[in-house]
Amino acid sequence: MNIAAIFAAGIGSRMGSSSMPKQYLQLGSKPILVHTAEKFWAHPQVDCVVVLTPRAWLDFTQDTLNQHLPPGHGITVIEGGDTRNGTLRNLLAWVENTHGAGEHILLTHDAVRPFVTHRIISENIAAVQQHGACDTVIPATDTIVRSDDNTFITEIPPREKLYQGQTPQSFWCAKMRELMDSLSPEEELTLTDACKIFALRGEPVALVQGEVHNIKITYPYDLKVAHALLGIEETP
Amino acid sequence: MISTVYRLTAPGMIEAACQELDLTCGQVLLRPRYLSVCKADQRYYQGNRSPEVLLEKLPMALVHECCAEVIRDPSGQFQPGDMVIPCPNLPSEQDEFVAENYLPSSAFRSSGHDGFLQEYLLSAQDRLVLAPTHARPEVSSFIELVSVAAHAIDRFERIAHARRNRLAVWGDGNFGYITALLLRAIYPQAEITVLGAVHEKLAYFSFAHRRVHVDHIPFAKHYFDHAFECVGGRGSGCAINQMIDFCAPEATLSLLGVSEQPVEVNTRLVLEKGLRLFGSSRSGVKDFARAVRLCNEHPWVAQALERLVAEVVPVRTIADIHTAFRHDMQQSFGKTVMCFDA
Repeated sequence: MNIAAIFAAGIGSRMGSSSMPKQYLQLGSKPILVHTAEKFWAHPQVDCVVVLTPRAWLDFTQDTLNQHLPPGHGITVIEGGDTRNGTLRNLLAWVENTHGAGEHILLTHDAVRPFVTHRIISENIAAVQQHGACDTVIPATDTIVRSDDNTFITEIPPREKLYQGQTPQSFWCAKMRELMDSLSPEEELTLTDACKIFALRGEPVALVQGEVHNIKITYPYDLKVAHALLGIEETP
Repeated sequence: MISTVYRLTAPGMIEAACQELDLTCGQVLLRPRYLSVCKADQRYYQGNRSPEVLLEKLPMALVHECCAEVIRDPSGQFQPGDMVIPCPNLPSEQDEFVAENYLPSSAFRSSGHDGFLQEYLLSAQDRLVLAPTHARPEVSSFIELVSVAAHAIDRFERIAHARRNRLAVWGDGNFGYITALLLRAIYPQAEITVLGAVHEKLAYFSFAHRRVHVDHIPFAKHYFDHAFECVGGRGSGCAINQMIDFCAPEATLSLLGVSEQPVEVNTRLVLEKGLRLFGSSRSGVKDFARAVRLCNEHPWVAQALERLVAEVVPVRTIADIHTAFRHDMQQSFGKTVMCFDA
């Protein structure tokens, strides 16, 4: 079974004055999260879509999806965690409880990346089947500078070897469970995304070509760009 | 849902844009899977249209020949996974006498309206026809072109007198091939002659009874009962005037080739012979249905169409779209098909 998990558990503190978590902000005719969920819902290879949100937003999210998607859409809303890893643990538990411990591919995706494409989703599924895990990336266009002391340059890595991470990040569910269970609390604190768990344990993570327009809507500026991509005016 | 549209913004320049699709509108959600490049697309891509036309029509997604996969149909008429041919003609009204493809109010994909170079699209159920049962999807991608020939023959049947023993097709390109092929299927008793300017291209027309070079036409004047012009461009004038010369009195001449320039016609002989000249362009949904029916009823037609598939280009990115158009420019005969997975 191919399961898409939309991570919508953040509170969007970087979106400036808006008190609404960023995934619920309006993009065109509907909230960003709905656009994102629709993309996985429509994909013929995705069997199931689950959205992970903060506890306080569970009903709101379900209502929002019901309002914008056709009746009987079947998208499930469950509670996320306080951290990305906590959300991931909740997801793994839900998959095992709901669908058993069979061979499931999990596609984890940011709720605020509504421009993900059909090709990216297809190629994530294919990459997991072939390599076990994958990350969606685009080649870095800016020079990346590393500084260990936040004052002076430590290193300028060669750009041709650098990529910008996007989502989805996808993997076999059982393998992720096995790797997460092997983490020490200290290791878990260093993890910022799912693929890092695989890299930490020396597991291969294949690269899937993303798209420049598969942007993450984090700042007010991004929301302006998203509206521009749709060729519409941002609603004041 | 947000869907990516790949629009031509200027000749040779394609950019990704995004648009919202309303999944609750009741229409069929489609994913274009096999797209065929047409000469009209190439004219836009290469900038071979007037600056005024380019200014008016661009930016616009190209391609109006497509075989698409049904993703969801809320009406239940089509099942997920069905392969369908979407009609690029989008009428907004019906007329008792004027067919949908001649109504000035109709929109047409890849001519002022976005074509099929899109990640997903929505279509009304009545704009879709199931793809031929046994044809490869690469062939289904250019059923639209087959439907244009079917439309022309349908009009011919209503206009021309009933003696249809010797039919001629001027034109050794893709459209001449398809028109001659359909005539062979619809009029199995008729002698089908194809006249062209390139021996290598004429060699493909194995199903025709005669293949003749236009510089050495061995027939007497008045030989053909009726003729179809599938030449277009600068060769249109020569072809039409040869048709006038070699057709019998009261013949019907079907004009199907697009010419950007006005063409001089020997009207004296048209009048003297009492010829009927009529034009035909594009097609409607019923013509799509007839094209599919012909493929289903005559498997050899679908096989012959398969020989038109000159190149299949996998398309994942915009760079791949450019590759497909560049490959197509180099084809002297046959269709370039994009296996679309962007």
